[in-house]
Amino acid sequence: MERAELGHLIDVLQREGREVVGPIFRNQAIDIGPITTEADLPIGCVDEQERATYRLTRNGSARVFGFSEPAASFKPYIFPQRQRIAAFRREGRGFVDEHHEEPIPRLALFGVRACDLAAIAILDRILLEGPYVDESYRRRRESCFIVAVNCAQPGGTCFCASTQTGPNCTFGYDLVLTELHAKGNHRFLIEAGSPDGLEILEHLELSEPTDDDIDFARRQREHAADSMGREMNVHGLTELLNDNTQHSRWDDVASRCFNCTNCTLVCPTCFCATIEDTTSFDGKQAERWKRWDSCFTLDHSYVHGGAVRVSSRARYRQWLTHKFGTWKEQFGMLGCVGCGRCITWCPAGIDVVEEIEAIRGSDEKVREEVDHG
Amino acid sequence: MKAKPKLAVWKFASCDGCQLSLLDCEDELLAVADAVHIANFPEASRAVVKGPYDLSLVEGSITTAHDAERIHKIRRQSKTVITIGACATSGGIQALKNFADHTDLIRTVYAHPEYISTLPNSTPISDHIFVDYELRGCPINKEQLLEVVNAFLNGRKPAMPEHSVCLDCKLQGNLCVMVAHGTPCLGPVTHAGCGALCPSYNRGCYGCFGPKENANPRALTVHLQEMGVQRDELLRLYRSFNAYHSEFRKESERIEQE
Ligand code: SF4
Ligand code: SF4
Ligand code: SF4
Ligand code: SF4
Repeated sequence: MERAELGHLIDVLQREGREVVGPIFRNQAIDIGPITTEADLPIGCVDEQERATYRLTRNGSARVFGFSEPAASFKPYIFPQRQRIAAFRREGRGFVDEHHEEPIPRLALFGVRACDLAAIAILDRILLEGPYVDESYRRRRESCFIVAVNCAQPGGTCFCASTQTGPNCTFGYDLVLTELHAKGNHRFLIEAGSPDGLEILEHLELSEPTDDDIDFARRQREHAADSMGREMNVHGLTELLNDNTQHSRWDDVASRCFNCTNCTLVCPTCFCATIEDTTSFDGKQAERWKRWDSCFTLDHSYVHGGAVRVSSRARYRQWLTHKFGTWKEQFGMLGCVGCGRCITWCPAGIDVVEEIEAIRGSDEKVREEVDHG
Repeated sequence: MKAKPKLAVWKFASCDGCQLSLLDCEDELLAVADAVHIANFPEASRAVVKGPYDLSLVEGSITTAHDAERIHKIRRQSKTVITIGACATSGGIQALKNFADHTDLIRTVYAHPEYISTLPNSTPISDHIFVDYELRGCPINKEQLLEVVNAFLNGRKPAMPEHSVCLDCKLQGNLCVMVAHGTPCLGPVTHAGCGALCPSYNRGCYGCFGPKENANPRALTVHLQEMGVQRDELLRLYRSFNAYHSEFRKESERIEQE
């Protein structure tokens, strides 16, 4: 597909009645937001990501996807920050159910990276394929068309090659793009991953890729996989973390952690939520809302009589051992897709890769069966 | 029909801003007035109805011996006491005097210091009486004020989480100004309640709502120092509207001694 056809792809998706959301330039960073024309894409932007640091520059290049994972994931579009889940009005001695489902827009998630595809697959497994189905999530997910993009240049905090979730998209998309940009040549390789994707392709003006194109794409893929910002040894993580519940590193990280929740909220696979109830002043109406929560809040572990995880140590340990260890026992896969957002966006500069290495690399092995954190 | 609960608003050392937040609830004020009998509210009306009161909202800190007496009378007449704002909850901006010699301050500020009779410290209401609930903020957020009155009327727990401003920042879909712009921000150690107002306008959080539960300002100081924030600026960050509040106070005192 020629570069000029990219705008056409966005048009076609919109003509199909879809709202396109994808990477946009906002507030000195790349965020996820509405895209109406290709001019909304952050063309020529390059990001620098390190622990607690994100800087964006425009290098004047014509490259459309010259950056790595955006600040936000697509999570808010499929698992919104807040949603009303029930509403009642008092009538006589009983109640009338006043809740109605909001109409859900048909979305096209545009420019989804391999890590975020894997994250969506994890949320699908948990929220759709478990014993309880999250109906709101199901409706939102079913409304999504996904245009993925293969990464050419991983970011400074990316480690998807370690978690085997990237940098190339292998599943979970309707269409996938590979940007081919070198020496005056600017084209896209576009492949369909579903019947819906094939149908969209029919509306586009395409040409067969040349052998050079295919070769270039292959080399770009290999280069991306070889230039990860970080590397994590994921071997035997569940055992490692389960064997070290009393490791001194938990105290060390607790002294640095703000328990501010940023890591969990930017994480594309964290799905914890809490319930808040509201009433009208006269007590005749009541609503129940679900909103994002985090294992770093005190209320999150509140059970009858008090909270279970009071210290920062217990909270940080919960997050790390769940995401990288017990998640596997619970859901059958690693809870982390290596996107690096929790490293970039932790304002304290705490790096999960380093924390895990610190535990793996030490001789200590401390486990206690009964632990009151 | 049950008699409407009697609501009283009381003022101590403060700027009236928090009381005004109640008047500022234009759209909801009628619903409030419908649900409660406003028995004492100096900012709104001079009429005072005698106690006892079902709900007393207390604004301001204790700075005089007279006020230290008065607050006990209010407690005796009130079934429930809710403090509103940073002054009532932590001593307010005027608690800056707690870090200095107050007689020196009086001599510097007043032409006739002999007419001034004040306590050495500005203290929160909870230092003097039992407080049922504390509403944070300088000023308070009117939505939160409505929520706490509403919850009181309906006998339920107010939805008033003690988590960080960061969580609200992410609920708003904001970008982190500390990470993306290098702007110092107190959000990670500050109690939510404002809806992450400042970060939503690309400013760092000023800590108007005081320390969050389990706040770790020590770690934040280390990080801010790495970002190049100097000692004086750090002291100013922790010493504002909630200077005397537990973790903020301890951290500023620690920095001072360093
Ligand atoms: S690890 Fe970082 S982002 Fe997560 S709670 Fe701690 S300080 Fe906040
Ligand atoms: S744990 Fe961190 S690196 Fe892993 S998926 Fe979550 S945000 Fe990304
Ligand atoms: S983690 Fe992998 S897939 Fe995600 S942005 Fe980085 S390189 Fe791309
Ligand atoms: S801008 Fe401030 S409040 Fe918002 S996430 Fe960053 S540190 Fe927290």
